[in-house]
Amino acid sequence: MTTLSTSRPNTAERYYNYAYLDEQTKRMIRRAILKALAIPGYQAPFGSREMPVPYGWGTGGIQLTAAIIGPDDVYKCIDQGADDTTNAVSIRQFFAKVADVATTEDTGEATIIQTRHRIPEQPLKAGQVLVFQVPQPEPLRGLEARETETRAMHAYEEYGLQYVSLYENVSTYGRIAATAGYPVMAEERYLMSPSPIPKFDNPKMDANEAILLFGAGREKRIYALPPHTRVRSLDFEDFPFEVQTWEESCALCAADDAYLDEVILDDAGAKMFVCSDSHHCAERRAAGHVGPMAGHQLARPETEPAQ
Amino acid sequence: MAYVSVKGGEKAITNAHQWLAEDRRGDPAVSEVEVAQIREQMSLAVDRVMSEGSCYDRDLAALAVKQARGDLPEAIFLVRAYRTTLPRFGASEPVEAEQMSVRRRISAAFKDIPGGQVLGPTFDYTHRLLDFALVADGQPPPPAPLADEPQAYPMPTIGSVFAHEGLLETDERPAEPEEPFDLTREPMSFPAGRDQRLQALARGDEGFLLSLAYSSQRGWGSTHPLCGEIRMGEVSVAFIPEELGFPIEIGELTLTECQMLSGFSGSADRAPQYTRGYGLTFGHCERKAMSMAIVDRALRHREVGEQADAPVQDEEFVLYHSDNVEASGFVQHLKLPHYVDFQADLQLIRRLRREHFERCDTLKEAAE
Repeated sequence: MTTLSTSRPNTAERYYNYAYLDEQTKRMIRRAILKALAIPGYQAPFGSREMPVPYGWGTGGIQLTAAIIGPDDVYKCIDQGADDTTNAVSIRQFFAKVADVATTEDTGEATIIQTRHRIPEQPLKAGQVLVFQVPQPEPLRGLEARETETRAMHAYEEYGLQYVSLYENVSTYGRIAATAGYPVMAEERYLMSPSPIPKFDNPKMDANEAILLFGAGREKRIYALPPHTRVRSLDFEDFPFEVQTWEESCALCAADDAYLDEVILDDAGAKMFVCSDSHHCAERRAAGHVGPMAGHQLARPETEPAQ
Repeated sequence: MAYVSVKGGEKAITNAHQWLAEDRRGDPAVSEVEVAQIREQMSLAVDRVMSEGSCYDRDLAALAVKQARGDLPEAIFLVRAYRTTLPRFGASEPVEAEQMSVRRRISAAFKDIPGGQVLGPTFDYTHRLLDFALVADGQPPPPAPLADEPQAYPMPTIGSVFAHEGLLETDERPAEPEEPFDLTREPMSFPAGRDQRLQALARGDEGFLLSLAYSSQRGWGSTHPLCGEIRMGEVSVAFIPEELGFPIEIGELTLTECQMLSGFSGSADRAPQYTRGYGLTFGHCERKAMSMAIVDRALRHREVGEQADAPVQDEEFVLYHSDNVEASGFVQHLKLPHYVDFQADLQLIRRLRREHFERCDTLKEAAE
C-alpha cells in the first residue's frame, strides 16, 4: 500500500557498479559485517570509502546498505524517525537510482531500514535489517580521546571509567544525565554506543528479532547485533535505567507510548507534541486514532505528485 | 497516503539544486569559464585539488574546481568521491626525484650546490601589488628567457651532497620492498608507519598542516628545520604489468618535493647528524610540501628520542584530523536535523532547571 516506487531497470544511470560500490569493496564490507556479527558490540575496522555524500551524512550506513542490498529488497530510510526529512529523502533516492530497489515508508514492508537517530516504534521482525548511521562508534571517546587507549580498554573489558562517569552524573544531577547515545553492554561483553538514538529506544535493541548493523564511515568501523542479542543499558541498582516519558500525547494520533518531537507553533511559547516516527503516526491515524490537533497541516499529505 | 511525505523534501532538494546551478553560473551576461581555462590559468588551484584529492588528472581537477564554484575543499571532495570508484591496476615503480626534469630547485642550506639554484616560476620575490593590467584584456606575456644551457640531469639530491661525510641520515632501500600501507583501502592504525604517515600528510589539508608546521616553528614541538632542498618538475612513472614482467613508462607527473633538515645531537648508539623531514605533493604545492616535511619530522620524535608534548608531535591528533574531506563533512553534518536528540536534551535541561528553582525556593523559605 505504501510502496513509493517499484524496482525498475535503470541502465541509463549505470555509470557506476550496481549499488555504487565495486564488488571487491562490497566483499570487504561483508567480511567486516560477518566479523561484527560474530562478536556482538565489537568495532570491526574496515576500509571505508569516500562516498558521494559527505562524511557525517550517513556514509557508514550507506556503505552497509550498498554491501547487502539486492534488487528484490524493499528499502526504507528515516532520519529523526521520519521518512520525509531531507537527508532521508536524498539517501532513499540514491538507492532507488543506483540499486533499482523498491522503496517504502512502511516499517513492516521494508527488508532494509536505514536510520539516523531512531529505532522505529513498530517492532521489527526476523528477516529485516536495521542499518544505523553512526557518527562516533566509540562509546568511551568522550572519556578518552585516544583510539589506542580505548581499543585496549575494550580488549581488557576495562569499563570502570564509564561507570565512574555515570556515578559522577548521579552525584551532580541526582540521576544519570545521558539522554541520547546512552551506552549499552552487548552480550555482557562489549560496551557499545547505540548511536545517538534517544535512550527511549535502547530497550528495543534487546533481543530484537532483526539484524542490527551499525556503520561509521568517517571513523571506519562496523559493529553489529545479531538477532536475539542481550543488550543492557548501563545503570546502578539504586539508580535503574529509565526511558523518557511525556505528560503529553501525540497531538495528531493521540499516541501516549511513542517518542514525541516538540513542534514550536508561534513565538509566544505555544507548542505541540507529535510522533517522531512519521509512519507509526500515519498508521495510527489511518486506523482511526484522533489526537487533539488532528487537523493540523503536519497531518496532511503534501499535494506534490511524485516525479 | 502513498505520496505522504517524500515529496516535501524531494521538491525542496530539487529546487535547491537548481538554485545552486544558477548561482554557480553567475551573471549569464558574463561569458562562462571553461574547464580548459581553469586548468591553464588556475593551475595552482588544480594542483592542490589533485594533491589532496589523491588523483592526478588536471582536467578532472579543473572540472571539480568549476563545479565547486572555486571552493577547493569541495572540489577535493568531488575528486575523492570519483577516484574511489576507479578500478585499481596496481602500484607503480617508485619515482626517482633525482631523475626529475626540474623547473625549480633551491637549497637554503648552501649558497651553491651541485646542479645549481634554479628559481623557476615562483611568487617568492614578487612584490604583492595588485596588477591592474590583468583586469584589461591582456595580451599573452612575452616568453621568459631560456637558459643558455640545459639543467643538470640527473639533478643531484641534497642527500648526495652529504653522502661522503655521513652528515645526513640516509634512507636504506629494502632489498624486498613491502607493499606500502594504503589509507584508501585500510583504516588508520597506530603506531603509524612512515608510509601511512606520509600518505596521510600528502592527502592532508594544506591549511591544517601549515598551521601545525608554524606552531612547531614557534616552539610547540620545535624541530629547528632548515630547508635542505625544494624541487619541482616532471618525473616519469613506470609500471610493471603482470603480463609483461618488465617496467614500461606510462606517463609523467609534476611533483614538488621538500627535504627539511633538522639537527640531531646524537645518542649513545648514534652519532650526531642531520635528520630529515619529507614532503611530496602532486603539482606545484610548495607551501604544502614544506609544511608536510616539518610535520613529518616532528612526528619522528620517538626515533630520535625527543620529548613529545606539543600537538604537532601527537600522531593520533595530527593524522586523525588532517583530512579535510572527513573534517569538513563532520563539522558540517551539524546542519542536519538533530531534533530527536535535542528533544531528549531539552527534557533533561527543563527538569534540571525545575529542580534548581525548587531548591532555590526551599532555601529562600528556610531563610525567611
